[in-house]
Amino acid sequence: MKSVNDLLLSRYGPAVTGAVVGTAASLLVSWGNPGNMGICVACFTRDIAGALGLHRAAVVQYLRPEIPGFVLGALLAALLAAEYRPRSGSSPVVRFFLGFFAMIGALIFLGCPWRAYARLAGGDWNALAGIGGLIVGIGIGIVFLWRGFSLGRASASPKWAGAIMPLAAVSLLLLLFMRPLFGPEGAGPVFFSEKGPGAAAAPALISLGAGLLIGWMGQKSRFCTVGAIRDVVMLRDGHLFSGVVTFILAAIVTNLLLGQFKPGFEGQPIAHTNQVWNFTGMVLSGLAFTLAGGCPGRQVIMSGEGDGDAGIFVLGMLIGAAFAHNFSLASSGAGVTSFGMVATVIGLLFCLAVGGLFRIRMD
Amino acid sequence: MTDTVRVDARGLSCPQPVMETRRALEGAKGGRVEVLVDTVTSRENVARFGQSRGWTVEKAERDGGYCVILTK
Repeated sequence: MKSVNDLLLSRYGPAVTGAVVGTAASLLVSWGNPGNMGICVACFTRDIAGALGLHRAAVVQYLRPEIPGFVLGALLAALLAAEYRPRSGSSPVVRFFLGFFAMIGALIFLGCPWRAYARLAGGDWNALAGIGGLIVGIGIGIVFLWRGFSLGRASASPKWAGAIMPLAAVSLLLLLFMRPLFGPEGAGPVFFSEKGPGAAAAPALISLGAGLLIGWMGQKSRFCTVGAIRDVVMLRDGHLFSGVVTFILAAIVTNLLLGQFKPGFEGQPIAHTNQVWNFTGMVLSGLAFTLAGGCPGRQVIMSGEGDGDAGIFVLGMLIGAAFAHNFSLASSGAGVTSFGMVATVIGLLFCLAVGGLFRIRMD
Repeated sequence: MTDTVRVDARGLSCPQPVMETRRALEGAKGGRVEVLVDTVTSRENVARFGQSRGWTVEKAERDGGYCVILTK
């Protein structure tokens, strides 16, 4: 166990984690998760929002166990390594809306950075436009960082403050396994899709196990799909980027072995071919993630190790997903909605304003 | 004996601790730079950055957080 931890903490940690995440993403598809969506932090958070009744899109409602698995896996890893240090207070409301708009952008493209790479590894070439947008969004964020952008300092919180997100994760798992039914008219309060992507799911215990493993590995290795590109550009440091490379390679190999590699633009699962908005949606997401300091998976994992600001970002994603469906902002296989285009522009204006206005002198 | 340059990067999100370190290292050129951080992630990022720029790196616990000591 110690040698595994040492490996994850080493400069090879992100590469090892990326290989495991990529393999798990493809395997989870073969075990029942939606196509090219073995793991998608944005889509799964959206499914959780639907399961909790926060939106009414009946085809995307499921309490995806991977997400609470990330939180609890990260918590356990942090506790065992004495790295559990609750902290918060760095512009939490701004972070909430960065999470909100990151989700809007992701649901225009139909996937977070993790799914963008998973889609590419499944042969969905539409992902290239999304990844291009992601790189541009991160690039804009880097310009703001060079100009002194900061959301300010977090400070230490009471020990129990860091327990809130893990307790919420446990609550989600309880709701998943108990499936309570006491809502009005005999439905809810927890909803599970009967058809569509929300009904496509690997066995819950396997999904939970994958989530716990990835949460633990991600906490140790600091695997981050946005920091990967940021650090290459800003610092010429490729150690996080190695995780993205192994993610894609492992997912491609696993997909080929499982017969899941289907190259093309048309007819890809849960994807559309409007490349302008695939690109623009991910510009918004990439910028929001960069301003918040990490990709959605990293935010979920940090929320498990006691980072309250990351927790606020995740809650912003959850509510953003609810708005995305309630206000017809989210794309579908049929394409992008005009409301979604407007929301993307609003989100970009918000992120550009935050990037330009938030500069806090450190000395 | 040159003065020690101190950087307080506690509570900052990625990648700001590394950026503050970079600014300090480029300003100091040599000598001793101490960077205070509050997470292991930042400690490792700052240490890796220092090493990549040819500085000798030591890590210590300080004030409930971590101190990365860079010398050249």
